Amino acid sequence: MTVAINPTQSGEPVFYLADEHPHPEGYSTSLGFWIYLMSDCLIFAILFATFGVLGGNYAAGPAPKDLFDLNLVAVNTSMLLLSSITYGFAMLTMQQNKVAQTQMWLAITGLFGLAFIGIELTEFAHMIHEGATPQRSAFLSAFFTLVGTHGLHVSCGLIWLVTLMVQVWKFGLIEANRRRLMCLSMFWHFLDVVWIGVFTFVYLLGVLR
Amino acid sequence: MNTDTHTAHADDHHGDGHAHGTFSTYMLGFVLSVVLTAIPFWLVMSGALPSKQITALVIMAFAVVQIVVHMIYFLHMNTTSENGWSMMALIFTIVMVVIALSGSLWVMNHLNSNMMPIHQMSGMK
Repeated sequence: MTVAINPTQSGEPVFYLADEHPHPEGYSTSLGFWIYLMSDCLIFAILFATFGVLGGNYAAGPAPKDLFDLNLVAVNTSMLLLSSITYGFAMLTMQQNKVAQTQMWLAITGLFGLAFIGIELTEFAHMIHEGATPQRSAFLSAFFTLVGTHGLHVSCGLIWLVTLMVQVWKFGLIEANRRRLMCLSMFWHFLDVVWIGVFTFVYLLGVLR
Repeated sequence: MNTDTHTAHADDHHGDGHAHGTFSTYMLGFVLSVVLTAIPFWLVMSGALPSKQITALVIMAFAVVQIVVHMIYFLHMNTTSENGWSMMALIFTIVMVVIALSGSLWVMNHLNSNMMPIHQMSGMK
């Protein structure tokens, strides 16, 4: 912040805060959004800590080894990873101002995200059908809370994605839409980072246990 | 606002916010992520390593490396974006996460050992 010095008649300098210099609209959005992501990171850290503490308390119920199908988790992981790279392509085509291609990559990203959510819900339904409900043991409560929160984030990301596709369709790649697409890109890649923690600590280490 | 303060601020712009990736950095990040995902899955599914402890340590190391890869190639983290403030926020978050995770696991693990039922405790003497 700049402090301007305004000499008065007596020669005594008076210090005061000069006017805020003008900022273009949304200049601080990416930093603000980053700080939101960091706070979201803390939510996931707490859920990971809870899972770490309770992950071994099966209450004589099913253990990860009985429940998790690593082939399915691998397919799910690749869905999310593919959606990350296709979102990257959407950002690249956006920088080249190609509206139709941007929309196409966004749609592909959405389909991969939808596949991810679909597979995850199938897995949940299968587990619940086998009696492995969140109420069954502390391990399952922690599992459904952690993985469910991640899934909820991805679902919100999908709603956001569709909203932005409508925005781009109606208004084109205007400055505001570029900014929004950049925020969603950070959100989407961040969810992929969280998923690295989920598949390593919940699924792989769970099956190893 | 007068002209003087305006020119004083001319070089005081806030950086251009964030870094952009290119096709090659995105592809490099993607290939690295695929490799860093495939190896841990293969290690666990095939049981290639003799001990579970070693496998666990190796896949955790892969996870950390992959998180860094995603941060650099997909989230375009660097020390200069937003005049370094996004890196500061990240470092602060990592400190908080490490304290919350290691503290919870450490304390609760000790609590579990100390709350051990009497019949198991007698066996430990």
